[in-house]
Amino acid sequence: MTAQGIGTSPARTDGPAKVSGTFVYSSDLSAEDMVWAATLRSPHPSALIRSIDTTAALKFPGVLDVITHADIPGRKLFGQMKVDQPVLAEDRVRHHGEAVAVVAAVDLETARAAAGLVHVDYDVRPPVTDAATALDAASDPVHPDGNLVAHTRIRRGAAQSGELPAADVVVRGSYSLGMQDQAFLGTESGLAVPTGDGGVELHIATQWLHVDQEQVALCLGLPPDKVVLKHAGVGGAFGAREDLSLHVHACLLALRLNRPVKMVYTRTESFFGHVHRHPAELHYEHGATSDGRLLYVRADIVLDGGAYASSSPAIAGNAATHAVGPYAVPHVQVDARAVYTNNPPCGAMRGFGTVQPCFAYESQMDRLAAALGMHPVEFRQRNALREGASLPTGQVLDSPAPVAELLERLRGLPLPAADPAQPAHVARGVGYAACLKNIGFSEGFDDYSTARVRLEVVDGALLATVSSAAAEVGQGVVGIQRQIVATELGVHRIEVRQEDSRFGTAGPSSASRQTYVTGGAVREACRRVRADVLALLHESGAELPSPSWQLHEGAVVDDAGRPVARLAALLGGRVIERTAEFHHRKTFPLDPETGQGNSSMQFGFAAHRAVVEVDRELGLVKVIDLAIAQDVGRAINPEAVAGQLRGGTVQGVGLALLEEIELDGGRVLNPSFAGYLLPTMADVPPVRVEILERADPHAPYGLRGIGELPSISATPAVAAAVRAATGIDLDRVPIRPDHLLAGLPDPAQQ
Amino acid sequence: MDITVTVNGKTHDRLDDEDGPGESLLFLLRERLGLIGPKNACEQGECGSCAVWLDGVLVNSCLVLSAQADGCSVRTVEGLASDTAGPLETSGASRVPGTSGALHPVQQAFLDTGAVQCGFCTPGMVVTATDLLERLPRPSDAEVRREMAGNLCRCTGYQQIVEAVLLAAERMAGPASPEVGRP
Repeated sequence: MTAQGIGTSPARTDGPAKVSGTFVYSSDLSAEDMVWAATLRSPHPSALIRSIDTTAALKFPGVLDVITHADIPGRKLFGQMKVDQPVLAEDRVRHHGEAVAVVAAVDLETARAAAGLVHVDYDVRPPVTDAATALDAASDPVHPDGNLVAHTRIRRGAAQSGELPAADVVVRGSYSLGMQDQAFLGTESGLAVPTGDGGVELHIATQWLHVDQEQVALCLGLPPDKVVLKHAGVGGAFGAREDLSLHVHACLLALRLNRPVKMVYTRTESFFGHVHRHPAELHYEHGATSDGRLLYVRADIVLDGGAYASSSPAIAGNAATHAVGPYAVPHVQVDARAVYTNNPPCGAMRGFGTVQPCFAYESQMDRLAAALGMHPVEFRQRNALREGASLPTGQVLDSPAPVAELLERLRGLPLPAADPAQPAHVARGVGYAACLKNIGFSEGFDDYSTARVRLEVVDGALLATVSSAAAEVGQGVVGIQRQIVATELGVHRIEVRQEDSRFGTAGPSSASRQTYVTGGAVREACRRVRADVLALLHESGAELPSPSWQLHEGAVVDDAGRPVARLAALLGGRVIERTAEFHHRKTFPLDPETGQGNSSMQFGFAAHRAVVEVDRELGLVKVIDLAIAQDVGRAINPEAVAGQLRGGTVQGVGLALLEEIELDGGRVLNPSFAGYLLPTMADVPPVRVEILERADPHAPYGLRGIGELPSISATPAVAAAVRAATGIDLDRVPIRPDHLLAGLPDPAQQ
Repeated sequence: MDITVTVNGKTHDRLDDEDGPGESLLFLLRERLGLIGPKNACEQGECGSCAVWLDGVLVNSCLVLSAQADGCSVRTVEGLASDTAGPLETSGASRVPGTSGALHPVQQAFLDTGAVQCGFCTPGMVVTATDLLERLPRPSDAEVRREMAGNLCRCTGYQQIVEAVLLAAERMAGPASPEVGRP
């Protein structure tokens, strides 16, 4: 194992700056002559805009400029998958908090005060707020083309020809999930700086520079080379930085004023400024044989996409393709629809369309196990996917799928000792859940990455420099690139450069894909550098080197590991620099009628066990033990893997017990951390981590993407534990105290 | 009014809050003195990202008016490392970037346990943990979780942060003996 190479856990190189408070996040940026901007947002979920009057705001002392939709010089709409979202509202607002105008002023307080002076004459309309009825003919259309954003169908086995088979045991259930927020701590922020040649540079916290850059240039009406996006320090992401927020606003004001413009959202604004996880209603029917084999699954899923499409089409696709979970089912009929409403727009959040069905299918699995008189783990294991099995899309798993083993690991962990002092009204329960998740973009999208590696001697010592535009959002992709270079080139001095949008794309820090895809590009660039080194060795008069010779500890080593040449001496003053693109395995669109197709490059698998104590008098749940088992293929940085698994698990616990954006007629009731509750340190126990490494032969180093899996099955595991403790048939998360009190027998009557 | 405040040992005279009489201590530190360590994540005292000491008392600086700090001494995360630069010079602790100072044992422990991901909560966590260990040098796991429940983190699931605080406690106070070990 190379020191600092893959499989080790070197300390983060941004760590010293982060612990000492000197790391520069996007909200910490400043520039000479900088001005501030603030946004005016709609107080209504649905209204026509009769007029916007900026006169009073413009007259306010210190105000420099005000922009509305009329000032957008280029395309007035944006959207990654469907271009339907106004940069600033035009003739109507479609959700509470939609941006209507932006004011630039000499300081932040002035900008905020003046934003309140922009007068908007609204004609308030009744909002569409119920996703379940948004597709009814009687519902008002939120957009001119109706309220259906996307519909993905899966028809497998008998579902293709008509009737699903009769089953010995049939379980039906309906489930729902509230709207979860990513709640990253560093709110949306950025600094736009005019470049003096009619162009603009935007320093921004984002998950993908290039898709932002393309959209910003279109909306500004500028040629792409006039708009440069640069990574600024990111305070968490979790999907909430996939869409544009303040990007165009800040750039446009900077261009108009010819001054740097800074924007930072408040926490309340942040709740309005990004998409959330789709709330969902899911109706399921499972059929099984009397010996405990799944025969069919029928699922109807409605995802509330809110006012704009964002990534709803891909999320509906994921909800459909993941609707039966990590189980083999011969006959499958799924319809997943994403709809428009006047609720806040929903889009990407860690798990991306697989979290909602997981809560439903795992709830169903427990009900089936109970109906069959089987242990929930044994029933899952009997039906678990394994290598060679087919998914509902017909895709065959051609790498390890150790679902049964993950569950076995969890079942083998000791349970917390019973507390003899436990009062009688506190009941304990244990719950299990498992999941799968596609890694990388699916359905034919080529989300490739670009990396450049340079090797040279500087000040007498070898230096490797690796460059990519991969977004470091906290997950550690900077360190991953360094580890791969250390392994491939055997060099200790390594610099990682986070490039801007002028460099080749790295694709997004999304879909658990960055270590796989950018890691693959870095590895390939390193191997090209090595090939050049070996060619150099041959040119220098050595015998023809074998292509299998490696670079290790500053030397070229032969197949037996014997040093053949010192790298520094061989290079002398030469610089070797190679760039590589990594394209993952080709994926294919789903058949629109049957949903069949090899749609994903890879799947990850995880399972959770949760142990809870429920206070039956107060309706309060305390999670007392948590464990996750996940197959990571190969742990490139085991400590970072553990951090991802624990952090994701706690986000899943949040969805199970606390986190929900509460709505009333489309209005957000709790846009703050006082009203939207996140798990604190005191709310969660330590998370036990069981890591499996079953190499995927198709992936770089055998690794699997890991980031999203831990947040998926944690939620149903906690819900199952609460059901086991209380006997209440809970069908909604987050679980509230009143759900528990309403379903519990009154302790006083016992 | 004019505000005089001493921050990390340096006195700033006659800071004028005329432009924003309602400004917070957090705003003063970040926007007027350029100290970016205290973070603004909620501006309502729910997350602990802006934690600093005001005359030795841990506060959420977003909830303190800058005028309330007049005549006071403020210590921020930026003031931690230099406190212990001497003894740690030989202990192998990492350097504060761009300075000759060594990290405080709490800061070093955060690095050593992998307690940092995006890092936005980290300055507040480090300050709060340091305050905790000054009051309670050998806390238990449960005590750390209770005492630091006012600091939110969205990335880590907290465990490696708790481990960092316990590791720092051990390094600063020495290994637990049966007498001082807590249940």
